[in-house]
Amino acid sequence: MGQGILLSGGADIDFMVHGIFSYEIFGQTVWITTTHVCVLIVFLLIIGFCLAANRAVKKADDVPKGFQNVVELIVEMLDGMVKSTMGKNATKFANYIGTIFIFILISNISGLFGLRPPTADYGVTLALGVMTFSIIHFNKFKHQHISGVIKGLCDPWPIWAPINLIGDVAVPISLSLRLFANVLSGTVMMALVYGLLSWIATAWPAVLHVYFDLFSGAIQTYVFCMLTMTYVTDAIGES
Amino acid sequence: MEFNQNFILGCSAIGAGLAVIAGIGPGIGQGIAAGHAAAAVGRNPGAKSDITSTMLLGQAVAETTGLYGLLIAMLLLFVKPLV
Repeated sequence: MGQGILLSGGADIDFMVHGIFSYEIFGQTVWITTTHVCVLIVFLLIIGFCLAANRAVKKADDVPKGFQNVVELIVEMLDGMVKSTMGKNATKFANYIGTIFIFILISNISGLFGLRPPTADYGVTLALGVMTFSIIHFNKFKHQHISGVIKGLCDPWPIWAPINLIGDVAVPISLSLRLFANVLSGTVMMALVYGLLSWIATAWPAVLHVYFDLFSGAIQTYVFCMLTMTYVTDAIGES
Repeated sequence: MEFNQNFILGCSAIGAGLAVIAGIGPGIGQGIAAGHAAAAVGRNPGAKSDITSTMLLGQAVAETTGLYGLLIAMLLLFVKPLV
């Protein structure tokens, strides 16, 4: 922790990832951290919701009511979002986009329930960025073939190839850093408010939670999915 | 030359403060985006929801450069790579 912040406040300012226990594997020390626990909680929540949704859809009525209504609303919203950006490619990617949308959204919102958001750990967001990166390049090679990829790399002239290569590699880094830094800034802000103001911070930080966790989290989720869809549509091209 | 650790910590704090100046850029950019969106809603109130979502998307992307500055400041203050 920084000494400056410790001097002005208590020792209860805490927004770091903590290790819970470590084990040795192949000579490396690997830590199980609070991020793992939070990801596990988020996963259990999503899996529980999925099981309930599966049961609701299995005995579905023609006229939806109650829980089935909610499930249909979510699926239609996600499908509509993918369809409006990707057009005719939407059916193939609706699953992936919907999955990462729900995961990132629940992760960002989990700060509201006292967890440290899993997306405030660069390990999580970099994994999401690398997944998007591999999907972009798989589709690029599949739809444009090697010749098209090389042609795209040497776009105006062949001498620009290194710059285009850097631009390609920058995509997952900027995607993941954007999500990470947004959620981290919210987490740090909330930790500072609770840590520095102690008893003054009662009830009213709820307003800050609405902005930093709900609003910012939802916007960043939307941006991540939107950019993923734009990049993938761009990689597929006009074939 | 050997430097005192506290001197390096102080310089890191100054560097963190300078890095956060990067917030000026996104501030101006987001303001311009919001102003143009307000003008667009004034011209075509029917398209308000489309304009709002496009504006928010653009602002969130424009915010990135400011967040890079914040990230550098965080690294300097908490990870302390120079000490």
